[in-house]
Amino acid sequence: MTDKFISIEGIAKRYDGARSTTIFENLWLGMTRGEFVCVIGHSGCGKTTVLNILAGLDVPSEGAVIVDGQAIEGPSLDRAVIFQSHALLPWRTVLGNVAYAVSSKWRKWDRAKVKAHALKYIELVGLSGAEHKRPSELSGGMKQRVGIARALSITPKIMLMDEPFSALDALTRGTLQDEVRRICVETGQTVFMITHDVDEAIYLADKIVLMTNGPGAVLAEIVENPLPKDRLRGDLHRHPLYYALRNHIIDFLVSRSKTFTADTPDHDPRKVPVVRIGRTEPIIVSSKPADSDGPQAVAS
Amino acid sequence: MTASLRLRAAIVSIFLLAVFLGAWHLATRSTGTAANMSPEYAKLMGLTATQGKSAMPGPLDVGAKLWEHLKRPFYDNGPNDKGLGIQLAFSLGRVMLGYLIAVAIAIPLGFLIGMSPLMSKALDPFIQIMKPISPLAWMPLALYTIKDSSLSAIFVIFICSVWPMLINTAFGVASVRKEWINVARTLEVGNFRRAFTVILPAAAPTILTGMRISIGIAWLVIVAAEMLVGGTGIGYFVWNEWNNLSITNVIIAILLIGLVGMVLDQILARVSRLVTFPE
Repeated sequence: MTDKFISIEGIAKRYDGARSTTIFENLWLGMTRGEFVCVIGHSGCGKTTVLNILAGLDVPSEGAVIVDGQAIEGPSLDRAVIFQSHALLPWRTVLGNVAYAVSSKWRKWDRAKVKAHALKYIELVGLSGAEHKRPSELSGGMKQRVGIARALSITPKIMLMDEPFSALDALTRGTLQDEVRRICVETGQTVFMITHDVDEAIYLADKIVLMTNGPGAVLAEIVENPLPKDRLRGDLHRHPLYYALRNHIIDFLVSRSKTFTADTPDHDPRKVPVVRIGRTEPIIVSSKPADSDGPQAVAS
Repeated sequence: MTASLRLRAAIVSIFLLAVFLGAWHLATRSTGTAANMSPEYAKLMGLTATQGKSAMPGPLDVGAKLWEHLKRPFYDNGPNDKGLGIQLAFSLGRVMLGYLIAVAIAIPLGFLIGMSPLMSKALDPFIQIMKPISPLAWMPLALYTIKDSSLSAIFVIFICSVWPMLINTAFGVASVRKEWINVARTLEVGNFRRAFTVILPAAAPTILTGMRISIGIAWLVIVAAEMLVGGTGIGYFVWNEWNNLSITNVIIAILLIGLVGMVLDQILARVSRLVTFPE
C-alpha cells in the first residue's frame, strides 16, 4: 500500500452541542488507482459523512484526506458525486443537465463542443433519444442514468456514489449495476461507493469496507473480494467463495457490527485488518452441495 | 369531461350574472309614485322625489354610460374631466414605476437575505416591523419629504409591493434544495454563476408568487393613494365622481378597477407558469 491514490488520514466528525456526539474518529483508509471500494454499514454510522468529506462537501473535525498527493480543500471537478436522490436540475433537460457539468469543467468550450461531448455520455448510459426530456418525464432508473452520465462526463479521477441505486426497483437496479460495472471496468475508474446491499457490493466492489454502528463508528475490516474481475452477475453464486464472502458480510451486519468495538479492544484504526476469504462455506452433509447443483439464479 | 364541466360552469356563471343584473334592475326601477309638489320644490328635490326614480342607477344606465366612455376613452377636457383610458393609464404608470423600483430592490436584497443567515437574522426585526404598516400611513411622511404628490403615490406603491417580494425571494433562495447547491459545488461553479444557474431558476416560482401578491396589493393601494393625492388616476376619478354625485361613473370605475386588476394578475400568473418546473 505504498502508492495510495486516495488516503483518508485520521478523519473525525463531531457535532458540538449540549451533548457533543462523535460520529466517527481516527478513521484511516487507503485506496489505489482504479479500485472499486464499497462501504457497508448500518444507517447512522457516518458512511455518507465520509463520502461528503471525500467529495469536499463536508469538512472533517480532524484529520485530512489526500487525493493524488493533494489534500482535499473543498469540492473539485476531479471528484464526481452520484447522489442517492439523483439531484438533477428539474428545469433543465437531460442534455441540459449533462451539458451544465461539461461546461462547468471546460468553460472555454463553445456550445457545439459541449453538446457533442454531453451527447457522447448520454449515449454511453443508453439514454439516446431522451436527451430533450425533462427529469420529471423520466423514470427513476433513467434519472439515475442521467446522474451517472453527468458524473462521467467530467472525466473525474474518482467517482463517489452515495447509495446510487437504493431508490430503484430491483430490476432497474440490476441493469444499472451492470452498466456501472461495464463503464468502470472499461474506463478503469476509481470508485468509492456506499451501499446497504450486500449483493451489490459483492458484484461491484474489489474491496468491501465494513463499518460498525455509530456513534463512534470504526472501520472494522476491509474484505477483499475473491471473485474474479471479469465476474458475471449470473455466475456470482457459482464461485466457491461466494457464500463464504456473503455470509461473512451478513454476519458482520447482523451481529458483529454492534459488538465489534467491545469485542476488539485492541483494534488499531490505522491498520484495519484485511480479510481474505480463504475457505468455502462448510457444507451441511444431509443436503446437496451449495456450490454445484443449486438452483439457477435469475439474472436480470 | 373537463370540457363539459367548463361548459356547465359557464352556464352557471351566466345564469348568476343574469340573476344579479335582473335583481339590480328591479331594485332600481322607478316606483312611479311621484309626490305632488310645486315645480320649484320639485327642482330642488331632484328626480327621486318627482318621478320616484331611484338615485342608484340601474344596469341599463351604467351600460349606456360605459358605452359612452368606451367610445371616447382618451378625451381630455381639463383637469376634472378626462377619459377613463387616460385615468387608467396614469394609475398603471404609477403602479408600474413603483412596482419596478420595488422589484429592482426586493429581488437582489432577497437574494442577499436568503443566502446569508447573518443578514437574514439581522434584517428580520426591521422587516417584521415594516411589513404590517399600512402603506397609506407612509403618505404624510412621503408628502413631507418628497414634496410631490405624484411621486409620493409612487413611493407608497413601492413600499407596499416591496415586502411580499422581499420575503418570498428570501424564502425561495433560502429553501433551494441542498442537493442542487451540492451539484453546483461539486462542479466548482462559482458563486455568481451558481446564483444565476441554480438558485434563480430554483427560487423563480416562489419569487414569482411574491411578485404576483405584490402586484395585487399595489393595484389595491393605488386607488386609495390617488384618492388622497388627487389630480389624476382612477382613484382620483372615483373620488371626483363621488363629489359629482355620479354613482354611475363610480360603478363603472369599480368595474374597470376589477378588470385591470384581474389582467395584471393573469399576466403574472402566465409568467409564473413559464418558470415553474415539474418535479
